[in-house]
Amino acid sequence: MNPTAVRTQVRRAWAIAKKDIRIYYFKGPVLIFGIFMPVFLFLAFYLGGRQLPLAFLLSGLMGMTLFFTSTAVSPAIFPWEGQAKTLERLAACPVTIEAIVLGDMIASVLFGIGVTAVTLLIALGLGLVLQHGTVLGFAVLLAACCFSALGTLLAVPPTNVPSNIMMLSSLLKFPLVFISGIFVPLEQLPAWGKALAVCSPLTYFADLVRYSFMGAHYFPVPVDIAALAAFTLLFTAVAMRLHRRSLPRRM
Amino acid sequence: MSKVIEVANMTKVFGTITAVDDVSFDVREREIFGFLGPNGAGKTTTTRMLTGVIPMDGGSARIFGHDIGKDPVLAKQRFGVVPETTNAYVDLTAWQNLMLMGELYGVDRTRAEQRARDLLETLGLYERRDQKVQGYSKGMKQRLILAMALLHEPELLFLDEPTSGLDVQSSRMILSMLRALNAEGTTIFLTTHNMEEANRLCDRVGIIRDGRIVAIDALEKLKAAIDRLHRIEVSFDGEIPADELASLDGIAGVDRTGDKWQITADNPDKAIRSLVSFSGRHGAPILSLHTLAPSLDDAFLRLTGEERP
Repeated sequence: MNPTAVRTQVRRAWAIAKKDIRIYYFKGPVLIFGIFMPVFLFLAFYLGGRQLPLAFLLSGLMGMTLFFTSTAVSPAIFPWEGQAKTLERLAACPVTIEAIVLGDMIASVLFGIGVTAVTLLIALGLGLVLQHGTVLGFAVLLAACCFSALGTLLAVPPTNVPSNIMMLSSLLKFPLVFISGIFVPLEQLPAWGKALAVCSPLTYFADLVRYSFMGAHYFPVPVDIAALAAFTLLFTAVAMRLHRRSLPRRM
Repeated sequence: MSKVIEVANMTKVFGTITAVDDVSFDVREREIFGFLGPNGAGKTTTTRMLTGVIPMDGGSARIFGHDIGKDPVLAKQRFGVVPETTNAYVDLTAWQNLMLMGELYGVDRTRAEQRARDLLETLGLYERRDQKVQGYSKGMKQRLILAMALLHEPELLFLDEPTSGLDVQSSRMILSMLRALNAEGTTIFLTTHNMEEANRLCDRVGIIRDGRIVAIDALEKLKAAIDRLHRIEVSFDGEIPADELASLDGIAGVDRTGDKWQITADNPDKAIRSLVSFSGRHGAPILSLHTLAPSLDDAFLRLTGEERP
């Protein structure tokens, strides 16, 4: 066995992911935050009298759910583990920092997909018709990877106080929801809003979800997919690089 | 004997403080090496650099020939760590913690289960294996940490104050396990400020003070080197002439305390022989005789500059 081989490190990252799911994801508050927050935002806009079509809002609800669940816990895992000194244990084990980050990402991806599947069932139950299932499946997987990578990127500041990271995370996440065409169609955004929307990965996922349910889209599907893939690679590479620098400062 | 740990000019700086300053030493295969020093001397920082937890700012450390800075995974695969703070996952059970270690070290599942069972039984935790660690006492957590460090059968074990603050039962269990592991061939790097522990376990000790190594040697040599003059405490059955006692071969000075004579000897062997013949000549049998060589405590306090007034 070569412990430095990529396959070996991926297997060890999977062990870290299983640990994360057991410890951090199967907790009431996390599940509640992941499901209730998007539902409340959805209801606020649905009942707000703006007369947006239900299909549009349900698609947005799916987008939000995946975004919030995939970034709900991953930013706080490093600070939690730093505080509990378990990060020191991981750092002394034969796993690379990249494997630790990948493990956190895998857990986040699975959690995001799991909760989003529940939202999908709700949407289908409310009568929404899925027109492009394969595109939706691929989009959910890709976006889950992208948002999870963003979550681990948010964990980079070397603080072991989870609330600091969560505050930073919320400061970034909430504005993104409002500029990504979730509640206001991209077509209705002003020019500056459209310019900001292009910078948000959530925009492309929301566009793909709308295409999957309504057949309508703002960007061509390949552009949405390419943009999500590019954001995923960028966030992952930057997160791994920066965690390499910040990890020793947490000890 | 081959070298398991080779440290050359290792340095660590935190801001304006040099926590570890140009430290160099080796640890040989199958030995128990004690790393001693007062609080804040740099013991834990040294251990953290050796185990790849924090990077060093200068110098190098090789573990089984692997540079811990350049090939950390290869080096870490071969050692286990018992850190200063117990750091098992408290939301997992003991069994889940051990299985996690098995996966992180690439131990086959069947072997990992067998090792976990054996270790938990040996350390008296098997009955509590399915309980979450948050309900464990400090001693139980420390025993579990040791089990986690040993699951992959490491050839080298780093321990940072493993018995600090533990109850006697846990402390004895851990020390006896360390002796057994060493007898089976495991090299042990033990950080401690417990002199008694170091005295009982270690083949060699290194003493660090203010980030610098001040001595490295075998315990007895270190003790002998610290004080060339040994002390002998002797009592005789009957009165003896003090001036003649002071002039005996090998004796540098005498002092009487009650019915005992405190003798300073530059050559303890010669002094004891002189005392025996002196006793015979004066018809005053020796009732008791103790050689009071400097203890590790004395050596430690002298070398770390913390000698009691």
